[in-house]
Amino acid sequence: MSTITLVLGRLWETSGFHMITSDWRQLVMILLACVLLYMGVVKKYEPLLLVGIAFGMLLTNIPGADMYHPELWDEYIAGTITFTEIIHNGGLLDILYIGVKSGLYPSLIFLGVGAMTDFGPLIANPKSMLLGAAAQFGIFAAFMLAIVIGFPANVAASIGIVGGADGPTAIWLTSMLAPEFLAPIAIAAYSYMALIPMIQPPIMRLLTTEEERKIKMEQLRPVTKAQKILFPIIVTIFVCMLLPSVAPLLGCLMLGNLTKESGVTDRLSDTAQNALMNMVTIFLSMSVGATARYDRFLTLRTIEIIVLGLIAFEFATIGGLIIGKIMCKLSGGKINPLIGSAGVSAVPMAAKVAQNEGQKANPSNFLLMHAMGPNVAGVIGSAVAAGLLLALFG
Amino acid sequence: MSIQQAALYSLLGISVVFATLSILMVIVQIFYNLTTPKEEAPAPAAAPAPEAPGSAGGVKLYNTDPRDAAMVMAIVADSLGKPLNELRFISIKEIGEKEQ
Repeated sequence: MSTITLVLGRLWETSGFHMITSDWRQLVMILLACVLLYMGVVKKYEPLLLVGIAFGMLLTNIPGADMYHPELWDEYIAGTITFTEIIHNGGLLDILYIGVKSGLYPSLIFLGVGAMTDFGPLIANPKSMLLGAAAQFGIFAAFMLAIVIGFPANVAASIGIVGGADGPTAIWLTSMLAPEFLAPIAIAAYSYMALIPMIQPPIMRLLTTEEERKIKMEQLRPVTKAQKILFPIIVTIFVCMLLPSVAPLLGCLMLGNLTKESGVTDRLSDTAQNALMNMVTIFLSMSVGATARYDRFLTLRTIEIIVLGLIAFEFATIGGLIIGKIMCKLSGGKINPLIGSAGVSAVPMAAKVAQNEGQKANPSNFLLMHAMGPNVAGVIGSAVAAGLLLALFG
Repeated sequence: MSIQQAALYSLLGISVVFATLSILMVIVQIFYNLTTPKEEAPAPAAAPAPEAPGSAGGVKLYNTDPRDAAMVMAIVADSLGKPLNELRFISIKEIGEKEQ
């Protein structure tokens, strides 16, 4: 009888139900993970990433599971251990997280994004580059605000990059500059990207007139196959020569695009877009979610980061719209300023929002292809901004 | 970092992003001009036909709802396996039963 009691007692002591009583914050994090799962599964907010992030968060906060050890990563950052020790002593999520820390997953995601992206609208209308640049204003506005409320420069740069509305870029930069804040920054980036249809339209209506929103744009000029093939090569040479720190991200983006456009590597393009992208998405989302452990995540700083992320998104939209309005005036009313808001990356969600708002003002307005130009320019712009921030604060 | 320094970094940062993408814009424009095949001089055009009511952008719509027109264009692009921006639609006309 005493043996049974002893065994049951030990079983109880080693169970998560017993251990969770030691710190209520673990329970809060499990509930938060369930809320995020609800948002991903039921509300369909960026489900491909949010489901994995939420599940990683759930696993890392189960007492006793020991799947992720932030203290090991503190030692790695301090330079006292290497990846080898992490593989030997870490849990499953520690091993998966090596792909984030080394910058592998975001770059591979960019390879898939490149293979899925059509730069044709940008080549047809290179002026879209200016709108893609203007929407990066949110990054630097949020960076300044973060400094004002007391964040160190490296963390402020990571918070600012949320304004780029590009999940892989945000994860890539944050894993280099402020890995301790990776979870809140990644969650903010992906949540706000999913909420773009709610965040952007009020700002778009506030900053543009009905007449401006009604503007119909001329059909884009045709783009040849040769131009589409040359584009990724030219962008890689120019931008990576200018900012070598951005080469892993931009290089993979452009390689992915080249596999699609060249027409001779269809199998590679297909793998990058589908199998590889899906696998990396699972690893990336789980390991990013794993960094949200209760003792690191439930702080006032997390709330500040979430709020600053929203401000970054709003300023990014404002920046794109203001330059859109200027270009509208300079072109004599030929450019619909709504397409400026699509400069915030978030492909193709932001372009769809511009299309919807344009069509609400004028049902015969088709802005989607025009908005795709600033949209893909925003991807390049946010990668450039990330490379610059890494060069400054890395 | 002081607020003044942060402001300076922000100004520098957005300037670098603008400069990079502006130069890229010029490069893309130049290579577009160099690689676009030159069109032959167009023959003197006949007087343009009057624009049909309800035309959307460059596409002339005759008895066609803009939403239907968008759907037709998307279906054609999908059937041909070509991106929409590589196709040029001149007009879309709904054919009635008598015209078939």
